[in-house]
Amino acid sequence: MDQDHRHNLWSLFTLLLNVFITGMIILSVYILLKNQIDDFIDKPKYSKEQLVEIADRSRLLRIQKRNDNWNLIENGIHVNTGLKADKNIQLIIGSCTSCHSAKLITQNRATRSGWKSMIRWMQETQGLTDLGSNETIILDYLAKHYAPKQSGRRQNLDLKEVEWYILNLDKNGG
Amino acid sequence: MSKRREFIKKSLAASLSLSIGSNIVFANYIPKGLDLVGLKPLLGNQFPGKSKSMTVLNDRPINMETPAHLLNDALTPNELFFVRNNGLPPANINVENWTLTISGESAQRTKSYTLTELKSKFENVSLNLTLECGGNGRSEFNPPAKGNQWSTGAVGCAKWTGVRLKDVLEDVGIKSNAVYIGYYGADMHLSGDPEKHPISRGVPIDKALENESMIAWSMNDQDIPMLNGYPLRLVFGGFPASCSGKWLEKIVIRNKVHDGQKMKGSSYRVPCKPVAPGTKVDDKDMCIIEAMPVKSIISYPKTGATIKINQQLPISGHAWTSASEITKVEYSIDFGMSWNNCTLKDNNNRYEWQSFNAMIKFPETGYYEVWARATDSNDMKQPMLLPGWNPKGYLNNACHRIAIKVV
Repeated sequence: MDQDHRHNLWSLFTLLLNVFITGMIILSVYILLKNQIDDFIDKPKYSKEQLVEIADRSRLLRIQKRNDNWNLIENGIHVNTGLKADKNIQLIIGSCTSCHSAKLITQNRATRSGWKSMIRWMQETQGLTDLGSNETIILDYLAKHYAPKQSGRRQNLDLKEVEWYILNLDKNGG
Repeated sequence: MSKRREFIKKSLAASLSLSIGSNIVFANYIPKGLDLVGLKPLLGNQFPGKSKSMTVLNDRPINMETPAHLLNDALTPNELFFVRNNGLPPANINVENWTLTISGESAQRTKSYTLTELKSKFENVSLNLTLECGGNGRSEFNPPAKGNQWSTGAVGCAKWTGVRLKDVLEDVGIKSNAVYIGYYGADMHLSGDPEKHPISRGVPIDKALENESMIAWSMNDQDIPMLNGYPLRLVFGGFPASCSGKWLEKIVIRNKVHDGQKMKGSSYRVPCKPVAPGTKVDDKDMCIIEAMPVKSIISYPKTGATIKINQQLPISGHAWTSASEITKVEYSIDFGMSWNNCTLKDNNNRYEWQSFNAMIKFPETGYYEVWARATDSNDMKQPMLLPGWNPKGYLNNACHRIAIKVV
């Protein structure tokens, strides 16, 4: 009797164990295949609100990624603006590029007084405000990095810039 | 959730500001729905209607020139035509509602025309007219002049279709005391301040009344590209292209020299009397540029061509002037020691550039430069050296040249 009773208890235990193991197996398969199953029964993974938030977040991430590169400096050049790298470059970017492209600086050359007269011209005609103590820093930067080079009345062709190529004259009968 | 959204929005605005380097000054003034065309290159590298082969000198405002070897077409294609913008072009243009208003002290009345009225009321004309920026060639001046450092490509010639400015001005009525006309366009000052015009120039009344002075709505039988003044612009051949107002909304007939943006100070002016290089010139001694000088460009082949000694080099290009026509184009392969005539085409109308070509034989192998020199009907020739230095670096009409190797 005692033995039968023990046998019944053991049967019940093994049954419960089997149910538990089967349940665990089904659960782990579901977890593994959740996405596929959800897709199969066409259940949306995320609520509408979650989707909007994800889109916003990924857009923000993309912009952050761009901004991480914003101050990238390669070969002494601030890549995003093309300006010569310098400890005061943020001041230059902030002061100059809110109104015009940095290209207007990088393509020009002038002496310190030449750059100063450009600042005065911008103040007199283009609405640039007084730069205060920053003006000295800006002029130092411009005079140092964008000074004129000496050249004659007509320079040689810039042969470093010329890409030599074989001219195909077949069609032109040369 | 909504707080978070608000935060994200703000960070986006801040990030946009960061990505252009700083805050957008006068951001509050920017009309709703207006795209800042000047910002687009930074955000998407897209210049609407323009070829990727253009050389971009400036992206705010947009300024781009055409490499010399891409100017070989008899008429410059729209996507290769240079762009010199002073402000931000307007966006979201409604052509149906676009009007051109003529007014001013010397106008007999104020009158407005829709585009449809302009097209139906006046004789439609098509002319091939050359436009060249007054600062084309600035990059060569020494001491250097400030501004966009144009090399050779701020020039192009297109077929313009529209009406004669003269016909429209006469329909309004010109008082006998008229001296000048000035234009106003729909472009926006870089600061975004609606009270400021980026540019408002014009021409003397005599120039305005020339048969070739046009109000155009079409360029090479297509809409004018947005960056070149869509949907309506002035076109004056022979004068600095800055006179040919874009996004044209208003013309004023003035009883004095027009005093709009970039008419005064040193803008589009040269010393009234010649000065030594580097001279500081007072504004009162600077005179407005009117007629542009004789000039030419070699558009074929691209500089850097290498040919064999048994081959002849074909060259071609265009020459233009504010005089009635180009009478001669010559080339030299020995730095001006000797000159040979090119074959020159006539123009269909005044201010159209004239194409030239030649076949060149080289005496021996080595490095050569092919120089071209045009002469116009006033017997004016291009200089080989830089012409008179001027503080703003205008009117460089020195000969164009290309490098050639003969092997």
